[in-house]
This record gives sequence, C-alpha cells and structure tokens, in this order.
Amino acid sequence: MKRVEAVIKPFKLEDVKDALAEIGITGMTVSEVKGYGRQKGHSELYRGAEYVVDFLPKIKMEMVVNDDMVDQVTATIVEAARTGKIGDGKIFVSDIEKIIRIRTGETDAEAV
Amino acid sequence: MKKYFLALLALPSLAFADEIVSVINGANTAWILVATALVMLMTPAGLALFYGGLTRSKNVINTISMSLGAFAVGSLVWVLVGYSIAFGDGDIIGTGKVLLSGIGSETIKGTIPELLFVAFQGTFAAIAVAIASGSMIERVKFSTFMIFVALWVSAVYAPVAHWAWGGGATLNFGEMDFAGGTVVHINAGVAGFVVAMILGRRKDYGRVAIKPFSPVLVALGAALLWFGWFGFNAGSELAADGVAASAFLVTNVAAAVGVIGWIAVEWLVYKKATLVGGASGAVAGLVAITPAAGFAGVDGAILLGFIGGVLGFIGVSKLKPMLKIDDSLDAFWVHGLVGIWGSIATAIFVAGYATPKDYDMIVQLVKQVQAVGLTVVYSAVATAVVFYIASALTGGGRVDDETEAKGLDETVHGEKALNL
Repeated sequence: MKRVEAVIKPFKLEDVKDALAEIGITGMTVSEVKGYGRQKGHSELYRGAEYVVDFLPKIKMEMVVNDDMVDQVTATIVEAARTGKIGDGKIFVSDIEKIIRIRTGETDAEAV
Repeated sequence: MKKYFLALLALPSLAFADEIVSVINGANTAWILVATALVMLMTPAGLALFYGGLTRSKNVINTISMSLGAFAVGSLVWVLVGYSIAFGDGDIIGTGKVLLSGIGSETIKGTIPELLFVAFQGTFAAIAVAIASGSMIERVKFSTFMIFVALWVSAVYAPVAHWAWGGGATLNFGEMDFAGGTVVHINAGVAGFVVAMILGRRKDYGRVAIKPFSPVLVALGAALLWFGWFGFNAGSELAADGVAASAFLVTNVAAAVGVIGWIAVEWLVYKKATLVGGASGAVAGLVAITPAAGFAGVDGAILLGFIGGVLGFIGVSKLKPMLKIDDSLDAFWVHGLVGIWGSIATAIFVAGYATPKDYDMIVQLVKQVQAVGLTVVYSAVATAVVFYIASALTGGGRVDDETEAKGLDETVHGEKALNL
C-alpha cells in the first residue's frame, strides 16, 4: 500500500478529482496549504509599502492506494494537474504500514 | 467657523442701545442639527471602519474600540469642561461654562441654540482625538488611551479651539480656519506623531509584513467620512446659506480630486491603483479643503485636493520610511502634513465672494504660518505631557510583548473581529 500526496494548484482540484474518479479512486483527503518552491510569490501594495508574499495557496491531496495502482494514479494526477507553467506542484509517494477502517475493523487491502 | 464670526459676536454689546435681539433661525438650526448628526457618524462609523480596516486582523476590535471610546469619553468631557475651556470667556483659556452652566434651551449662539453649538463642536473634539489614535494602535494600552482622551480633549484640543474660534485674542493671529485645519487635523496629526514617538515602534514594524485587515472596510470607512464631512465643513458656516452650499460643493470636489491625485501618483510610481490608496486620497483631499471650505472656490478646491492627495502619498510612502517613527496608520502624514498644506494654502485660494476688500495674501500667509506653528508646538508639548500623565496613571502606556504578539483583540477585549 502506498500513500500518494500531491501538492497542486488550487484551481486544478476539480479536474484532478474527476480524472481520479474515472480510474476508480473514490476517496481522498484534501487540505488547503501554503508553500513555495521554484515559483516566486507575488507582491502586495498598501499605502506605498510593498510586501512580497512568499507563500502561495496550494491544495494538498492525499490518498492511499494498492501498489498496482500507484503508477496509474500518479500519471493521472500529472496529466490533470499540469499547466506547463512553473508552480504546478509535486507528487510524493510513500509506504503505508497498516490501514484500519474504523467502522468495521477491516485492515490493509480490504480497508483501502 | 470663520474668524469673522468673532466680530459678529462682539456686536450685541456694541449695539445694545439699538436693542438688537438675537433670534433663533429655524432653517439654520435645522441644518446644524443634521450637520451635527453627520459629523457624529464620522467617528464611531467612518473612522472606526477606516482605521479598523487598516489595522491587522488581530487588532481590529481594539482599533474600532478606540474610535468608539474616543467618541464616548470625548463627548462626556466636552460637556463637563471642554466646552467651557474652548468657548467660555477668557483670553488664554475660556472659563465659566463648566457643566454648561448658564446655558439653557433659550440661550442663543449666533442664530442657533447654544446647546446645539455645544453638541456640534463636541463632535469635532471627539473626532480629533480619535484621529490621533491611528498613530498609537496595536501597542497602546486601552486604559491609557481612554484617560489620554479625557486629558487631551481638555488640555490640548479645547485651548487650541479657543485660540482659533473661541474668542482668545492673544493667541489668535487672525488665521482663516473655516472648519478645523489647525484645530482638528494638524492638532490631531501632531498629537498622534508625538505619542507614536513616546510609545516606540511596534515589534513587527519594519520586520514583517503588516497587512491591513480589510481594504473593503477601509473604503467603506472613507466613504462614511466623506459623507460626514459635509456636516463638518458645510455645517461650520453655522447657517443654511450660500457659503454653506459653497463649502459643501468644494468639499466634494476636493475629496474627488484627492482620490485622483493619490491614485495617479501611485500608478506612476508602483504601476498599481490601490483601493486603500484611493480611500486615503479622499481623506487627504478632505483634510486639505477643511480650513478653506468657506473661502475657496471650485478652482481652489481642485488644487487643494489634488496636491493634498499627492502629498499624502509622498508622505506615507517616501517621507515616513526616512523618519522611522511608527505612526501606525499615518495620522500625521494624512492629517498633519496635508493639514499644514491646507492651512497655509487657504490664504492663497480665496474665492471672490470671500475676499475682504483690503485682502493682502502675504499678510494672511504669515498669519496662517503663525497659527500652524503655534498649533504644532503647543500640540507636541502638551500632548507629550498628558500622555506621560495617562501612562503614569495606568502603569505604563504600552502593552507587554506577549499581548502585542497575540493581538489586543483577544487579550484586552476577549473578542475576535471574525469568527470563521
């Protein structure tokens, strides 16, 4: 089991979610986050004082999938979230040791 | 409040033999009743939202409370002692009208009831000290400020008003101050600046981005100030007549041109036309026209307002960073600096209808400069004294570092501006 974390541009969330739904990913957790990488922030101006805003709003989506799905999931995210401009985000894949569904007590593959 | 009004006040005693009887004029009284309500709106609504929108989200409640508190305490102190000092009999300070003694509903001031004059002038005292609050926010103790309001209205505002409008002869240089260029704006701007120096800079000033809570509220607050300013300027004629109408019109023109002036320069310098800048430009234009409202024509108003807007922008964006004084919301730059421009330029832009026969601009300019100088010096010194007293009475005028970091809304008031 793998966890796939993707940090993407906020306006791409719906596209990515729909694309993942088409390949059978039916659950995920999404958070509104702030961050920066190679993309520079923007500046704001108040009464002649200019402030550079480093941290830009991003969406972080997390989902846990079976190992055989990982490549398809990451490829789908890349395709749906890409604009080709700097700041499109990143995807992180990591191992998951155990999963438990709270309602039924099912574990691991059954609980994905 | 024209200087010439003082001459009229002297008439009843001179003409006593002719049995001139003052009577209340209904139209004038009706207009000043409305004008007083308009000026009232400027403090707990206009300035409260203007300043509340400019402060950071953790200090919005505190900033608005300072405007509301200034209006509440200022209104009380005004009827207790302020009015007596400002408009009582006397040369250096007025006396004899403490607790409005001797003033009843039948007492007349000019052509309106004196009680109405008391109420009208009280709104000026309250907004002056509320304007000064803008320099101190995000770090001054609420208790210190409330005591400061009471002391400042009595010991700083009222004497300056007495010299310009209240009949003080020795310290009246014959300046033209129609609605409060020196009395309200320069006085408040300098007071704020001095307190900002005494308090010291906010911990975050110049270190991290200090971003306004809401430019939307800033714009709404400026609009309410603009609206109330019609009462402030056109009401200062104390009559419903042609001069009041002229003051009303030039007030609107100067505010409009102030918006254009600020935004135009901002666009040239930063390639951005900000809403906060436009709102600030309106206030700068209004400050500039205030002393000249009953004297200037539309042509004068255009120049007063435009230069006022440009000067306000240069003050906050270029001059302020040089001085390194943390005048938090720029009360000095927008009210003090622009007020000085308006007060001096009042002598230059006198319309035909308001020009006395033997008018000498140079002579009048000197008088304007003298009045500005007196106001700046007196306000600076007396404000420092009353602020030190207010600090001493409240165990120091500044909140502790932890309170400052958390914000005064949560720590002092137990409220938040937004509960999301």
